[in-house]
Amino acid sequence: MKQLELVIVGGGSAGMAAALSAFEQGIKDLIILEKDDELGGILQQCVHNGFGLQTFHEELSGPAYAQRYIDQIRTKEIPFETQATVIQITPDKKITYVSPKNGYQEIQAKAIILAGGCYERSAGGIQLPGTRPKGIYTAGTAQRYLNIDNVMVGRKVFILGSGDIGLIMARRMTLEGAEVVGVAELMPYSNGLMRNIVQCLEDFDIPLYLSHTVVRVEGFPNLERVIIAEVDAFRQPIDGTEKVFEADTLLLSVGLLPENSLAKQLGLAVDTKSKGIIVNEKLESDIPGIFACGNGLHVHDLVDFVSSEGNLAGRNAAAYIHGMKESAAFIKCTAGQGIGYMLPQCIHPDRIQEPLTFSLRVTKPYKQVKLRILKDGQVFKELPKRYLLPAEMVRIILKPEDLQDVRQELKVEVCES
Amino acid sequence: MKKEMICIICPMGCHLQVDNIDGDCVVQGNACPRGANYAKQEAICPMRTLTSTVRIANAIHPLLPVITSAPVPKQKLFVIMEAVNRVQAEAPIKSGSVVAHNIANCGVDLLASRTMENIHGNKQSAGDPGHPGS
Repeated sequence: MKQLELVIVGGGSAGMAAALSAFEQGIKDLIILEKDDELGGILQQCVHNGFGLQTFHEELSGPAYAQRYIDQIRTKEIPFETQATVIQITPDKKITYVSPKNGYQEIQAKAIILAGGCYERSAGGIQLPGTRPKGIYTAGTAQRYLNIDNVMVGRKVFILGSGDIGLIMARRMTLEGAEVVGVAELMPYSNGLMRNIVQCLEDFDIPLYLSHTVVRVEGFPNLERVIIAEVDAFRQPIDGTEKVFEADTLLLSVGLLPENSLAKQLGLAVDTKSKGIIVNEKLESDIPGIFACGNGLHVHDLVDFVSSEGNLAGRNAAAYIHGMKESAAFIKCTAGQGIGYMLPQCIHPDRIQEPLTFSLRVTKPYKQVKLRILKDGQVFKELPKRYLLPAEMVRIILKPEDLQDVRQELKVEVCES
Repeated sequence: MKKEMICIICPMGCHLQVDNIDGDCVVQGNACPRGANYAKQEAICPMRTLTSTVRIANAIHPLLPVITSAPVPKQKLFVIMEAVNRVQAEAPIKSGSVVAHNIANCGVDLLASRTMENIHGNKQSAGDPGHPGS
């Protein structure tokens, strides 16, 4: 069996950043396994701009952002294999993958980085009521068809869910000549970035129906109508509030979930809140030497933070291969009142030598509040926040000395008043 | 009169308060100077960067993602799209190279926003493994 120091599963923004940083740390014996035909991951179909402001201080399109990393991977001759689908990973770090070029392959690795990205919640996933006609797609699928394969999925479009991909597709399909008749969002607030509400919906006078959901789709074999209704505080449709839209296409932008089927097969613990695996401050799972980063760990809204997380995972994997300091003393990091999830879920304070980033999301929108950080129940810091939105990930950076004296629990909560 | 506005310059999405004080546009809530410029520009002529795709021959995919070299007036987006849809590119092409000069006579160029190799000519096409022997 082939032996390698490091195997990176996924060649998107997280995997490429991880490979580059591990390589820089002296790990030359590595490979990226990418299931698609080329590197770049989801960025290749995100032809809109807005990527890279944090990393490159420039506003790039998705493919242009990916290109920067692909060019570096090629210049440094970091090995990668495309069309390579990983089908199994064992706790002793044997990786099995298949590819049209090399067939069935096994690799024994010293460390593994899981960077497999996320997938979209589908029509079945939200129990969409009505018939099952042609014309219903997840927004990302329609995006791939339109931006990569040159296939326009429809002409009269309704969008369920105000996730960013749905908003971006509303603009994209409008520019390509489709009529987007409306966007319905179950929650009383948008789930996408505010800038996308402005530049994708308001710019084109596309109505956004908050607190609305699709109650029925009609038509067979092709979609003909989408019926929406207002929902009450318990998200139940209110009788008599139905609106009917003639549409040949329904796009779903109703959430992204970390792809962790390989992690589950490995027996790694999953956080029911972030929906990804549980990691420590090194982005390391329950199994030492198996790391995770990017949307496969938790869904991000900015690629820049995916790259920085990948970079961290790569450095930590390199440190593990070179012999990382063991530590038994770990403390829990808890998502308190108002916090949907927080990463990492546990830390080893004695191993932390550089500022540590915590990523979290709030459960609902807040205005004029404080984020309160508690160490063992004692208030350590309060950070004033003018706005907090579930769609916008919050990052808190703490210094090593801030974390040395925590004994049992670090907690973050939203403090109103 | 105070007006609330969301800055769309970057994904930060700053909530701006724009006020007209003695004919001067006063902006608050912006995390960087670009927010103030954005609010002022929105009042005069809203500008947007246009991204789309154009057809490309001899590449791994049938489409090449493109971007305007600078923001264009919002009300000209559909006119420019018509011109974009007539552009035909050919691989190989480098990220950042000009696909169409002065697109729709709006004073900006249309740029390739990724590199695409010629799948027939190049020795290392995008679909091949980086380093065989793996």
